[in-house]
Amino acid sequence: MNTLLVLPILIPLATATVATLSWRKPALDRWLGLLGAAALLGVSIALLWRVRAEGIQAVQVGAWPAPYGITLVADLFAAIMVLLAGLMGLSVAVYSLVSIDRGREVFGYYPLLHVLLAGVCGAFLTGDLFNLYVWFEVMLIASFVLLTLGGERAQLEGAIKYVTLNLLSSAVFLTAVAILYGVTGTLNMADLHNKLATVPAGVTTTVAMLFLITFGIKAAVFPLFFWLPASYHTPPVAVSAIFAGLLTKVGVYALIRVFTLLFLQNPAYTHTLLLWIAGLTMITGVLGAIAQHEFRRVLSFHIVSQIGYMIMGLALFGLSASTPLAAFSLAASIFYIAHHIVVKTNLFLVSGIAHQLRGSYELKDLGGLASRPALAILFLVPALSLAGLPPLSGFFAKLSLIQAAFGGRYFAIAAVALTVSLLTLYSMTKIWIEAFWKPAPSANNGQNAVRDKYHPVLLVPVSALALITLLIGLSAGPVFDLSVEAAQQLQDPRGYLTAVLGETAENQKRFEHDARASLSSPSAASVEVWPRAGDRP
Amino acid sequence: MNSLILRTAAQYLLPIMLLFSVFLLLRGHQEPGGGFVGGLVASAALILYAIGYDTAALRQVLRCDPRMLIGVGLSVALVSGLVALLNGQPFLTGQWVSWSVPGIGEIDVGTPLLFDVGVYIVVLGVNLTITLSLLEQ
Amino acid sequence: METVLAVVAGGLFAAAFYLMLRRSLVKLVIGLVLLSHAANLAIFTIGGLTRANAPIVALGKMQPDLPTADPLPQALILTAIVISFGVTAFAVVLLQRAYQAVGSDDLDKMNTTDT
Repeated sequence: MNTLLVLPILIPLATATVATLSWRKPALDRWLGLLGAAALLGVSIALLWRVRAEGIQAVQVGAWPAPYGITLVADLFAAIMVLLAGLMGLSVAVYSLVSIDRGREVFGYYPLLHVLLAGVCGAFLTGDLFNLYVWFEVMLIASFVLLTLGGERAQLEGAIKYVTLNLLSSAVFLTAVAILYGVTGTLNMADLHNKLATVPAGVTTTVAMLFLITFGIKAAVFPLFFWLPASYHTPPVAVSAIFAGLLTKVGVYALIRVFTLLFLQNPAYTHTLLLWIAGLTMITGVLGAIAQHEFRRVLSFHIVSQIGYMIMGLALFGLSASTPLAAFSLAASIFYIAHHIVVKTNLFLVSGIAHQLRGSYELKDLGGLASRPALAILFLVPALSLAGLPPLSGFFAKLSLIQAAFGGRYFAIAAVALTVSLLTLYSMTKIWIEAFWKPAPSANNGQNAVRDKYHPVLLVPVSALALITLLIGLSAGPVFDLSVEAAQQLQDPRGYLTAVLGETAENQKRFEHDARASLSSPSAASVEVWPRAGDRP
Repeated sequence: MNSLILRTAAQYLLPIMLLFSVFLLLRGHQEPGGGFVGGLVASAALILYAIGYDTAALRQVLRCDPRMLIGVGLSVALVSGLVALLNGQPFLTGQWVSWSVPGIGEIDVGTPLLFDVGVYIVVLGVNLTITLSLLEQ
Repeated sequence: METVLAVVAGGLFAAAFYLMLRRSLVKLVIGLVLLSHAANLAIFTIGGLTRANAPIVALGKMQPDLPTADPLPQALILTAIVISFGVTAFAVVLLQRAYQAVGSDDLDKMNTTDT
């Protein structure tokens, strides 16, 4: 019985529900959204605290015992991700206060945002593969509507690609789940970990490939990323920012979860493939970004490129199985995810401010923003962090990944990572020169409304996130220690298994006993398949 | 659509199908049926009515915005899960009370039924929202 | 029977991919519908086709009448159907709006956001 574990899902859902009921009053919705996001952040901090202090937490929803019901489980990795989701939720909720137009608000922007957050937190916390599918869909449906809200032509065109590829990925997910269920008879991830040990390696590798495609599409890795740069630059910037921060990272989270807990039978094949994908994702993403001249498109391609780094840590983990180096690689990956979510959301939010000032996202229409020192610094901190300059968070993230690659003697991937980070710096410099350094274009071609001022509230989340980037960089040691702890929990799943299944045999016995007790007791008036929870001691 | 036959049929089908949808909803606990199917049948009835007459007539029958139904349904479903938390059990654990009704006997009423009612209302609200937005343009 | 259903599921997958590769928006949506049906049928087939009793323990008994069928695949499929129902409804609305905005159902005309 552990209510704290349910709250990160319940709070956004409850917020969404109340906000739906009050959809006629956007002002009320706005503050409700803010309140809900703040509560989510508070709960996620408490959850991380609890997990770090007391170890992995698990709760059986509806009191159905473990391999039969749905388990929610929070290890350190999941708790860190939930915390990041809460942080991004609050930042974007603040940013939305003044940047979302009335039409979108009335159509249900706030409820959708919180349904999205509920889906993301659910995906992080679930311990059951089919439940993961359901949370993915909750998240996707909310994101579909958020993406198309407003109905501009570009949004609709981008949405068609986004919807099609994500539905394709869902269908592959279902098929993979079906095969896995047919082979093992269970979908609880802890139980699967035990049962997959007896399954022939060929079958597990096949299923692993199906999961790679599924989560690869969601995470936007190399050959499967085309939906991302086609759609992420079309919605309002607050939506872009939450998408950029969280959605692909849910895919990465799922990849890390299944490729550390379930599919480690043949790492020489699966994780080598992941390493190749990581390298190619980095390169294609950054090359795409170089070719772009629109603020948000550049950033979208950089998301793809950065996903490569996260996958790289996962691949190195599998290739150096059960050595301290493996935990170090995975820790680097987790650190990178944390850094990336903060930085990328922040950059998108800055691009929104630039848009308010100059009325455009095209780099050629921007310029002269360096005359606003506060904004310039708030852009430079995340931009340089993204490129990996010390002492910002990105430096330590990349340093540890490259150390891991050197440790395993994978020099090629280290070279790729270094080159890509140089190209990232080039592309950030391009934005800096075009949008900030170059004088403002004198004759604005008249189509764009130049307001030359922005709402000061927009600066609140931007500076908060920049501060967090700085803090992660300056206290890299403690943060990395936390990542190492999380990685060790992933490397040695015994803690996870005990938290979910308990002592398996004993659990089984207790369950059967309960079934009898409930059936023979006179209070069982109706025909029941399983015991009622109320009868359990 | 202007069809006398459809209109007349819709008028009589609406109450029958709504009753049937409630029947499906209540049957769902032990036998095939449930909130989702019930909600589908109810929305089919109302959509048929909207096609026979027009969307304004449907809104008049509904008396509230279908988006409101989504919110109400979600809160009903959410509350059904929260009851367990009040009793100190995990979220969504079924809570039951036995209820003796004269003439029928013992009836078990529990939160799963409440959850199904929530699903019923949400499905109705979602379907009507989508259909109305398609019909009204 | 499993073989037949496996072939049908495979055929559905093939048809779905063929339709999704066409340029027409309508065919794309039909392809998506077939795709979810194919996945559901795959779950159904892999779950095992047996002629058996419902896995419900009758009143006063200790176990259900053997052999029992596995209820889980159906629960999974039901959930998946509900989800695909919602998603398909959304896709149809999206298709219609996109058709109005672009004035064509040719996917090749919808490339302004590509790079």
